[in-house]
Amino acid sequence: MNHLSLIIKREYLTKVKNKSFIVMTILSPIIMIALAAVVAYLSQLNNEKVRTINIFDESGVVRDIFKSTDKTTYNVLKGMSLEEAKVLSKESGSYGLLYIDKFTDVKEASNHIKFYSKESASLSLISDFENKLNKKLTNLELQNNGVDIDKIKESKISVNIAQESFEGEKTSKIDSIIKLVFGLASGYLLFMFIIIYGNMIMRSVIEEKTSRIIEVIISSVKPVQLMLGKIIGTSLAGITQFIIWMVFGGLLMTIVSLVLGVNMLEVQTPQQEIVEMASQGADFKFYFESFKMSMENMPLMNLIIAFILFFIGGYLLYSSLYAAIGAAVDNETDTQQFLLPIIVPLILAVYIGIFTVIEDPHGTVSTVFSFIPLTSPVVMLMRIPFGVPLWQQLVSLLLLISTFIGTVWFAAKIYRVGILMYGKKPSYKEIIKWIKY
Amino acid sequence: MSNLLEVHEVCKNFGDFRALNKVSISVPQGSIFGLLGPNGAGKTTLIRVINQITMPDSGTVHLDGASLKPEHIKDIGYLPEERGLYKTMKVGEQALYLAQLKGLNKAEAKKRLNYWFERLEIGDWWNKKIQELSKGMAQKIQFVVTVLHRPKLLIFDEPFSGFDPINANLIKDEILRLREDGATVIFSTHRMESVEELCDDIALIHKSNKILDGRLIDVKRQYKISTYEVGIRTHNKALLEQELSNKFEVSVANFKTLEDELKLNIKLAETDKPNDLLNYLTSQGEVSHFVELIPSVNDIFIQTVKNN
Repeated sequence: MNHLSLIIKREYLTKVKNKSFIVMTILSPIIMIALAAVVAYLSQLNNEKVRTINIFDESGVVRDIFKSTDKTTYNVLKGMSLEEAKVLSKESGSYGLLYIDKFTDVKEASNHIKFYSKESASLSLISDFENKLNKKLTNLELQNNGVDIDKIKESKISVNIAQESFEGEKTSKIDSIIKLVFGLASGYLLFMFIIIYGNMIMRSVIEEKTSRIIEVIISSVKPVQLMLGKIIGTSLAGITQFIIWMVFGGLLMTIVSLVLGVNMLEVQTPQQEIVEMASQGADFKFYFESFKMSMENMPLMNLIIAFILFFIGGYLLYSSLYAAIGAAVDNETDTQQFLLPIIVPLILAVYIGIFTVIEDPHGTVSTVFSFIPLTSPVVMLMRIPFGVPLWQQLVSLLLLISTFIGTVWFAAKIYRVGILMYGKKPSYKEIIKWIKY
Repeated sequence: MSNLLEVHEVCKNFGDFRALNKVSISVPQGSIFGLLGPNGAGKTTLIRVINQITMPDSGTVHLDGASLKPEHIKDIGYLPEERGLYKTMKVGEQALYLAQLKGLNKAEAKKRLNYWFERLEIGDWWNKKIQELSKGMAQKIQFVVTVLHRPKLLIFDEPFSGFDPINANLIKDEILRLREDGATVIFSTHRMESVEELCDDIALIHKSNKILDGRLIDVKRQYKISTYEVGIRTHNKALLEQELSNKFEVSVANFKTLEDELKLNIKLAETDKPNDLLNYLTSQGEVSHFVELIPSVNDIFIQTVKNN
């Protein structure tokens, strides 16, 4: 068996057999699911509480728009003064009192409406009231001016703009959102992967230095082989962990949903809100069809291949840097000063991805950063669902690979010298010197 | 006798610092070769060059007649001074892994490991983790791993550190036995008494230069001081000492005797013969002690390093 596969095997097995690795692999999804379940459960609990709200309508024109639902009960108060109504509301423990004073001019109505409550009322409740009142009062004013409300309702038209590229590819709003989710998810996944397993590689290099086994090992194998073996072995362990998380997490989520009767997906996420916002006004059939269309539209093959290539390229690029840092220092506390320059471009990439790719996936900023090797894996992965010309992908990939080769060469130099240096914390200047050795 | 290892004018620079300056050594087949030198002299760099961990800037290294190449890794067993094992790995697994890196296949490695573990009576450690073992125990494993692939050349850097005297002896005997079996040993240490005891040849490196090498016995002859330690019983010690001082270079010696004797170190001139001195002494009194002072490796080490 050749050396590289031996090293990969050892690195993989030690990682996978490590107790904390096993614990993390099993516990993480449990904790995540438990957390989600608790949040979902609590928010449901919150929603289930029935609110009683008193309506004291002295104008007599709006009280009929408040219809009780399972979550809110409206009590219409009559025949008392405002003070009495307040006391009553307070003592009966209702959530609040909506007071509508008499008014003559509908346009002035706003000045006559007040909401009393023990604590400041929830934002959604107030805006719900405002919506209802706006609608009712507008209608009232329209009627006062002799407009036929039914005519207006009949004349209402809803437009959904069908989008199509010049080449004839159909797109829609939903389409953009799905692409965005795909892009963000893959970019973010890469980011997480680099941070978690890059650190793991760094620690395992440091461990070899502190246990002083390194010289024994490199009298048998080339340092480059050891470094690559470490990177590949750790990555395989990482992929194993990720797959277990997905499968186990999915399984757990289904079980918990079934047992608790809590639908985890109902927990509002920002993405879902965007989806909902976009699908407002569209019926379900339309929603479904555009979803299907966008899935068909998505450059799926391109996406998968690009994902694999950029993921591997980006990950290897960063992990070789992590390995070099591990070789340069003696213990983990010394790594900070060297970690910063590699964390910054990584975070920059994620922010550029989130802020500029959403705005304009083919704008100057996102295009430029999808070529710069340290940011390109993340940014390009986020851009690709929106359709990136093949030549751009290839150039970016080429740049990434050549930088990767350069980095491995550079990291191997540092690694070769660094692993045999004990007892001193090197400066950048010293590390540059090592490259010349 | 042919040389197993030939290092020829090897230079190695680290930036502006020259760690090895045209160092040449020849290690005869089947010998135990002592590589000596003060701290920071360049010994470890030289050993790393031989192990292909560090590439020399210039100069050549030949092992068994062939220029050093990656395949030679399996012919060398190296026990570095900075040594350790994976702490959380089990003894057996770890030894197998390291043996496989040296090119042994798994079955053969296992067979040999069983043999060695039985031999050193450490068989029941197989499933223990290194962190559960004491330092000396871990060193034993390390020794086994170093010699397991039966290399032609064994390089030991401070092999006895961390061992108690009993285990140190055990390891020493194992080293001698490996030599019997045909291995050649390079031995780097600061413990001069073990050099004295084990080495056939030595080389002394100081400030990146080799300043002395050769067969240990030749080196000692070279450093011969022609001085004899003498004890003699006589009635008039002061008179005899005076007379001797006139003929030779004399200094007071210090060794234990039963009676009250005159104890002197007498250095002979090149023309003087030890027998003449002895004859003269016997005519003056009863000689109880007459020993040629042989320079110890320790003395040679200190003297040479100081003179350079």
